[in-house]
Amino acid sequence: MAIVLDRLNYALHHAMETDERVYILGEDILDPYGGAFKVTRGLSTKFPERVLTTPISEAAIVGVANGMALRGLRPIAEIMFGDFTTLVADQLVNHASKFRWMYNDQVRVPIVIRSPMGGRRGYGPTHSQSLEKMFLGVPGLKVVAPNTLGDPAKLLASAIADDDPVMFIEHKLLYPRTLLEPGKGDLIDFQVEETGSAFPAFTLHSPGSARLTIACYGYNFELARAAALDLLIDYEIFTEIILFSQLSPFELEPLFSSLVSTGNLLTVEEGTLSLGWGAELTARSAEKMDKLRVRRVAALDLPIGNAKSLEDIILPSVQDIVTAALSLIS
Amino acid sequence: MRYNVPVMDDNYNLYKTMLLIRRFEERLLSEFSTGKLVGTTHAYIGQEADAAGVFSVTEPEDLVFSNHRCHGHFLAYGGEPYRLAAELMGRITGLVGGRGGSQHIHWRNFYSNGIQGGIVPVATGMALAEKVRATGKITLVFIGDGTLGEGVLYESLNIAALWKLPILFVLEDNHYAQTTPVEISVSGTISGRFAAFGIPVWERETTDVLEIKSAANEAVHSVRSGAGPGCLILHTHRFSAHSRGDDPRSHEELARIRQFDPLTVHGERLTPEACKKVESEVVVVINDAFVRAEADPFPQMSVDF
Repeated sequence: MAIVLDRLNYALHHAMETDERVYILGEDILDPYGGAFKVTRGLSTKFPERVLTTPISEAAIVGVANGMALRGLRPIAEIMFGDFTTLVADQLVNHASKFRWMYNDQVRVPIVIRSPMGGRRGYGPTHSQSLEKMFLGVPGLKVVAPNTLGDPAKLLASAIADDDPVMFIEHKLLYPRTLLEPGKGDLIDFQVEETGSAFPAFTLHSPGSARLTIACYGYNFELARAAALDLLIDYEIFTEIILFSQLSPFELEPLFSSLVSTGNLLTVEEGTLSLGWGAELTARSAEKMDKLRVRRVAALDLPIGNAKSLEDIILPSVQDIVTAALSLIS
Repeated sequence: MRYNVPVMDDNYNLYKTMLLIRRFEERLLSEFSTGKLVGTTHAYIGQEADAAGVFSVTEPEDLVFSNHRCHGHFLAYGGEPYRLAAELMGRITGLVGGRGGSQHIHWRNFYSNGIQGGIVPVATGMALAEKVRATGKITLVFIGDGTLGEGVLYESLNIAALWKLPILFVLEDNHYAQTTPVEISVSGTISGRFAAFGIPVWERETTDVLEIKSAANEAVHSVRSGAGPGCLILHTHRFSAHSRGDDPRSHEELARIRQFDPLTVHGERLTPEACKKVESEVVVVINDAFVRAEADPFPQMSVDF
């Protein structure tokens, strides 16, 4: 079975083979190293002129990609750790995402910024964060995250094909994960429904009447599934899971549809709790519905400690989700 | 169709370009004073010889990334004064339909943005795109002494030099970053910064458009030949405030730098009749630009909730 890493690597190979406008820029991406997380493995050997390894200059990497995109190329930039996206904020917020609108729709900026986020690998406060929430709600910038249900290759291909800037957030723990197949394994009890969009949302319907809706994306779908199983086995509570691929702009119809029947929303994310993705989901859902009960599960509002014991306390766990779910429906 | 056909390699047209910029900016500032315009702007008055000299030696298809003080560059590039005036007045006929205003314009291969330093890697990427496609076009990016404080500039210089990109960094040193003089904001030398990356430097302390043109010609030729990036450092003087009403300089200093007025320096090469003729032509163009622009509608947009 395919793993997420291989599907992402395949998508990059395929894009470079089929479109000579595609370039890849990033730090340490040349073979034999092939990138810190090996997502770019093999590319520099096959396409030496279009794989550009760079100095440690994140802002310039994205700035250069912006300029290339303005002039008709389709650059993909890798930011080695998501924590370093703070260094590219100006290029994303004041350049990439603004040019099209600011220049009155006369230009396009088709860039993809790929970056691994997430903790649980003991990398400490500056190599473990999930900072994507800082880029949500930036007009003109899409934020997308793969998962084990949709094909990550398809998602990345859609990002590359997009005419506007896309930030593509890859949780580190997803790389070795095997893709799921509807109707099998973990999904045997769920009926999966998918929106038809380029960055789809998935609804996982339970066989029984669901009492709560869990909204999640990326790696936290793994935790949400485990929690849903615990809730079913230990408490006979059915849940519906809404799994998002596109985090921003917010397209929440599948979530609203689910909340109409459950009325209970539980959001799960690995970024810090305050002013996060779940907060916006909650606000938008509350604007739609008169009666809504909510719990949010997220990281504590702290830096991520290096020791595993600290990481376990600070980052959300399956047990945190179960506890929040029980509190929600009590 | 370029507004100013770039046959500016004669004294008359160089003077005309500079006067066009001068009168455009003066008119603009007066429109602010009378309350017709709101917001702010950064006038190019005093620095006209830089733009006129540089754009007299570039090709029409070359790329330009300019900064907050972009009107002079745009007019010397060949942009239409009317479209620029309309943009500054927030009209739908403006260069970007009123969305950008003074600092954020785009027309043909001319771009500007209002973030110090941030434009430099973008221009570097443009130069890369033209290089890999072997179009022969070079990219010019305009920066100032104030930009030297931004870190991303140095990331870009490094990459441009490593990858031998066809980009010319045009650094206009007008001695002030807003109100802060270079003496307390720039350590070492300006040229040394570029030399450290192996980027050749052409440096002039002059407001004589012919001297600037000559240096720009060498720099542009070097970049176009494929030798890699170049840097043109032009020490100049800004006569007007950084933007509007924020000029703490003394009257003595302002009087002293006025002696370097590029229009006076170059105007001596023209007959008084020629100067008069240029003046009368320019006045008509500027007046037409602002009067037409003012009559144009404001942009609207529908918002769905």
